[in-house]
Amino acid sequence: MAINKETLKYVAGLARIELQPKELEKLSGQLQDILEFIDKLKEIDTASINPTSHILPINNVLREDKSADSLSADQALENAPRREDNFFGVPKVIE
Amino acid sequence: MSGEIELNKFTAHELIEKVDKKEITTQDILNALNQRIKEADSKVKAYVRLSDSNLLDSKLQTPNSKLPLKGIPISIKDNICTQGYNTECCSKILEGFKPPYDATVIRKLKENGAAIFPVKTNMDEFAFGSSTENSYFGPTHNPWNLECVPGGSSGGSAAAVAADEAILALGSDTGGSIRQPASFCGVVGLKPTYGRVSRYGLIAFASSLDQIGPLTKDIRDCAMLMNIISGFDPCDSTSVNVEVPDYIKALVNDVKGIKIGIPKEYFTEGLDPEVKRLVEEAIDKLKDLGADYKQVSLAHTEYAVPVYYIIATAEASSNLARFDGVQYGFRARNSRKDSSNLIDMYKKTRGEGFGEEAKRRIILGTFVLSHGYYDAYYLRALKVRTLIKHDFDEVFKEFDCIITPTSPTAAFRIGEKIKDPLKMYLSDIYTISANLAGIPALSVPCGFTKKGLPVGLQILAKPFGEEMLFRVAYNYEQNTDWHKMKPKL
Repeated sequence: MAINKETLKYVAGLARIELQPKELEKLSGQLQDILEFIDKLKEIDTASINPTSHILPINNVLREDKSADSLSADQALENAPRREDNFFGVPKVIE
Repeated sequence: MSGEIELNKFTAHELIEKVDKKEITTQDILNALNQRIKEADSKVKAYVRLSDSNLLDSKLQTPNSKLPLKGIPISIKDNICTQGYNTECCSKILEGFKPPYDATVIRKLKENGAAIFPVKTNMDEFAFGSSTENSYFGPTHNPWNLECVPGGSSGGSAAAVAADEAILALGSDTGGSIRQPASFCGVVGLKPTYGRVSRYGLIAFASSLDQIGPLTKDIRDCAMLMNIISGFDPCDSTSVNVEVPDYIKALVNDVKGIKIGIPKEYFTEGLDPEVKRLVEEAIDKLKDLGADYKQVSLAHTEYAVPVYYIIATAEASSNLARFDGVQYGFRARNSRKDSSNLIDMYKKTRGEGFGEEAKRRIILGTFVLSHGYYDAYYLRALKVRTLIKHDFDEVFKEFDCIITPTSPTAAFRIGEKIKDPLKMYLSDIYTISANLAGIPALSVPCGFTKKGLPVGLQILAKPFGEEMLFRVAYNYEQNTDWHKMKPKL
């Protein structure tokens, strides 16, 4: 499976990561190698096998619908790079 | 004064006994540790942000000598949340982060009288790595040979314990990150059964693979720690409501009749001959002590690394989406004249804040989950995961445990593998399957190479079979002297 630079740029965009040209170059080669290695999995016939998305046989873990203590706004904002009142300040979202 | 310096060389259980007999106080232990760290850590670099901290010289919370751990200090990997103490996953993107809460394991340790060491141990950034070379703060050096890696990603914790810069430590293991550094540093490391120990407060890498576990000087300390950190936690929906046995009771010096499976796939080319010899000698030792062994097959072993690097990176890409400069850590400066928008901030923050390996894994993970590739990669990997788990289920029907080398080699040199990601990934071959299958796995020292580097023996058991691991490892340990050896620093 080929991962050309265009695909790589697209995927980096999905991952919200800005890559420098040198990084793109390097990563393209490395990911190419890794994907070739991963292609080994094609050797196996997986048609009739169920996927294991979770190793434990537990499902739908729920809790009582009771409110309990949670972080205060101050605690939640303690590490904020930018705080405005009780909000995390961020650059504007362009429509 | 010289008596105090030696205290850091003891195990926790030995120190607890001394405290009980009122021979020493826990402040004496802390003083000894601090002294040792001052002496040795400039060479080993097991700890991060040391010089920033004046906490090293201050008293930790007054220990309650009635509690089981009597104030013994424990060192914590930088990805486990400790309220008020910096927790940064050794990444630039989390710089300055002080968690507003304790991880469940930290809370449990405090409740049992442990003193949480305020300075964290070094790790590969976000646990992405097998050498601790991917840390934002630079690598940790193996105490047995400073030019070698300590292993990773819990390299700091392993090195600290090996160098007696820590009495006890916690690490995390997603593909071998406790066991492989334990093997490289000559200490004990355990990855519990998935769901045995709460992940609440562990900054997530791969949610279906991660577990927190102990790194200790001997098996008894490991069992003691497991008693404390294990157990169901309502804050972790993947923790399992299975009773925690008294793991100390599993320390029975007897392996008569225990059936050990030796998987042939772990003894092929690629395994260093010295490591092979030491592991085979260890297995023979266990046979002398009364165990039986037989060759078995884990047929899908060769697919474990590709399966892991699809599933783990996919889960990582999801878990690391939260690091975007909004709520905590690093935020990139807006360097454009025109005002940039939110998405630009995300891209720049993540581009500058993540290291190379982190970016590589996130992008790979995003790719294997993306439209058009999901079935071919991610879904396929999940199916092969089923086959890998099934291999283990079949073996455990007949055998009590499985024994393998922990790693194909002893510690490699710093810089040796870092330029070739694939080469680095392949060094995880023996540890990875345990995470994929969710089974418990332990590494215990089993000797040294001719160059004086430690080698680890890996023992695997069925889910919630930690008692079997402890029994076999304890028996082996008590009939050898590896655990008494210390590096010359």
